[in-house]
Amino acid sequence: MNNRLQKIFEQEKKILNVYFTAGYPELESTIPIMELLAKHGADIIELGMPYSDPLADGPVIQASSTIALGNGMSIEKLFEQLAAFRENSQLQNTGVILMGYMNPILQYGFEAFCAKASAVGIDGLILPDLPEYEFEKIYGEIIKKYGLNFIFLITPETSEQRIRKLDELSSGFLYAVSSSSTTGSATNKEFVTAYLQRLATYKLSNPILVGFGIKDKESFTMAAEYTSGAIIGSAFIQALGTGKDINEIIPAFLNPIIT
Amino acid sequence: MSVIIDYQKPSVQGYYGDFGGAYIPEMLHANVAELREQYLNIMQEDSFQEEFQALLRDYVGRPTPLFYAARLSEKYNTNIYLKREDLCHTGAHKINNTVGQILLARRLGKTRIIAETGAGQHGVATATVCALKGMQCIVYMGEKDIERQAPNVARMKMLGAEVRPATSGSKTLKDATNEAIRDWINHPQDTHYIIGSVVGPHPYPDMVARFQSVISEEIKKQLQAKTGSELPTHVIACVGGGSNAAGAFYHFLNDVTVKLIAVEAAGEGVQSGKTAATTALGTMGILHGSKSLLMQTADGQVVEPHSISAGLDYPGIGPLHANLFKSGRGIFISATDEEALEAAFMVSKTEGIIPALETAHAFAALDQLIFDKNDQVVICLSGRGDKDLATYMARL
Repeated sequence: MNNRLQKIFEQEKKILNVYFTAGYPELESTIPIMELLAKHGADIIELGMPYSDPLADGPVIQASSTIALGNGMSIEKLFEQLAAFRENSQLQNTGVILMGYMNPILQYGFEAFCAKASAVGIDGLILPDLPEYEFEKIYGEIIKKYGLNFIFLITPETSEQRIRKLDELSSGFLYAVSSSSTTGSATNKEFVTAYLQRLATYKLSNPILVGFGIKDKESFTMAAEYTSGAIIGSAFIQALGTGKDINEIIPAFLNPIIT
Repeated sequence: MSVIIDYQKPSVQGYYGDFGGAYIPEMLHANVAELREQYLNIMQEDSFQEEFQALLRDYVGRPTPLFYAARLSEKYNTNIYLKREDLCHTGAHKINNTVGQILLARRLGKTRIIAETGAGQHGVATATVCALKGMQCIVYMGEKDIERQAPNVARMKMLGAEVRPATSGSKTLKDATNEAIRDWINHPQDTHYIIGSVVGPHPYPDMVARFQSVISEEIKKQLQAKTGSELPTHVIACVGGGSNAAGAFYHFLNDVTVKLIAVEAAGEGVQSGKTAATTALGTMGILHGSKSLLMQTADGQVVEPHSISAGLDYPGIGPLHANLFKSGRGIFISATDEEALEAAFMVSKTEGIIPALETAHAFAALDQLIFDKNDQVVICLSGRGDKDLATYMARL
C-alpha cells in the first residue's frame, strides 16, 4: 500500500479534504479543479463518482451528479481523465480518494475498478453503501490486494464497539459524519462538539476527518478542534455552481479556510 | 435425497439466493439493525398477533373473499378465482403491511412515520394507519405521480398526512424512495420508515412479505373449502416491487406444483425504451439497499422506467422475486400499457369489477397463458380502480 495518506496525517496541521463531483461543472473540469484545490491548500481531494441515486448525499451533491452524468461522466471516462494526474507536479503529494456508490462499480467490475484506481495513483475509496459485512466477506480483500485504503463512515448513532470495529477495518482515516444526516444539512454545534470529544477519548488507530455540514473557516475550526481535520463538500459544490471562473472561485473559497 | 430449496425465507444476512442483503450507508445502520434484531420477536409476540389479527379482521375487513369468476372462467375455458384485495379498507392489499408495520413501529418506540408511494395506495394505507394510531405521517411521492394520482393525494391529505413531492430523477416511485431514505437518515431517532413493497435493505423484503402472506394463507383455506384442495394450479399477480405477488405466492412458494406467474409492466413495449419490465431487461445491481435485478445502463446508472401504472413504475424488483426469476421457480411475463387498459375494461364488463391499473396487468396475462379446463387459477385482484378513473375515462 502506498502511504501517501499516512504521510499527510503525520503533518503538524489540520487536514483539509475537499469533495467535488467528477465531471462537474464541466466534463473536463475534473483535473483543472484538482490542480487548483491542491495549489490552494487542499491536502486530500475526494472525487465523487456521480450516480443516479446517491442515497447518502443531499440535494446539492445529487444535483451536481445529475449534471455530471449529463455531461457524460462515467467511471471509464474518469479513469481516462486520471490516467496521468500523478505526473502533474501540483498533484504528486495530494491524497486522492474516490467516493461513490456500489452499483456503478459493480457494473464496471469491482476488481477491475480497484486495479485501475490503484494503477492511476488513487489512494483510497469511500463507498458509503458497502457495509462492513460485505466488506469482510468479499470486497475488503480485493481492495487490499490493490493497495487501496478504505474509509468507513461513523455517526453519532454508531456504538463504541462498532466504531472500534470500523476503525480496525479502515485505513487512511475514519470519516465522522458530524450529524446523522445526508450531506449539506445544518448541524447542531453543542451536539457535534460533544460527539467529537467523545470520539477523541476512544484513541482510535485512524485519524478522524469530520464531514457533513462543514462550510467555512468557523465550522472547519470547530470540527478540527478535536480531530485531524474536516471534509468540505456541498458548500464547495455550491461555490462551483455559481458559474464563475474556477481560477477565482477556488482561491476565494479556500484561502479564508486555510489561513 | 434432494436438497430442499426454501424460496420463502432469506438467509440471516437477508439473501434469497444471490439477491438481497443490506447495502446501506452507516447513517442507517442503527435503525436497520434495530429492526433486523427485533422484527421477528415482535411479530411473534402474543400481544402483537392479537392486535394485528383484530385489526386485519375488524378494520381492514379480512378475510377478503375468494370469488369464483364465472364469466371470466367461461371466457378462458378454465376456473378463475379472484382474491379480492380490492375489498380491503383503502382499496388495496397495501394496508395488510401498513397495519403490521405501524404496530411494530409503536413497539419500537417510534413517533414519526415516513413512507414512499407510487400509485398512492401505499401512501393512503400508511396515512390511514397513522390516523388510526395518532402518529405523524409524511409521504414522499414523485411529482409526476402526484399529478396522475390526484384522488389519492387528496385522500392522504384528508387523513392528515403531509405529502412531499420528490422532484429529482424521473419524479416517480424510485425518486420518492430516495427521498424517504434521506428523510430517515436525517431523523435517526424517532422515525420508522414504512416501506410499501418487498424491496429495501434486509429485513424489509422479508418483513413485508410476511405481513402480506395473509393473502396466500387465506387463499389456501378458501380454495380448500371451495374445491377440496388447498393448492391452485396457477397464482397470477402483477409485480412492480412485488408486494401483492409476494403475499399471493408466499404459502405456495415451496409447493413447486403451483405455477407462480408474475406480470411486469412492459410500458410501451419491452424493447421500446419506455418500460418497467425489470426481469426482461434488468441485470444484477444494487438499488435502495438491496442487491437485485435492476434496469440500468452499461455504466451502472439506474434507468428511468415507464409504466402507465404508477405502482409498477419502478426499475427494480424485490430480491425474493429476483430469486424466483433466476431459479425458474417463478414465470415472469409482461403486459403493455395498452394490454393493461384493455384488460381493465374487459374485467369491468365481464365481472363488474373495476381493477386498478396495476392489477389490470395481471388480467392482461390471461391472454398470454394456456389453461386446461380443470386448472384452478387464482388472480390476486390487488386493488380497485377508482384512483385510475381519469386514465380510464380518457378511453371511454
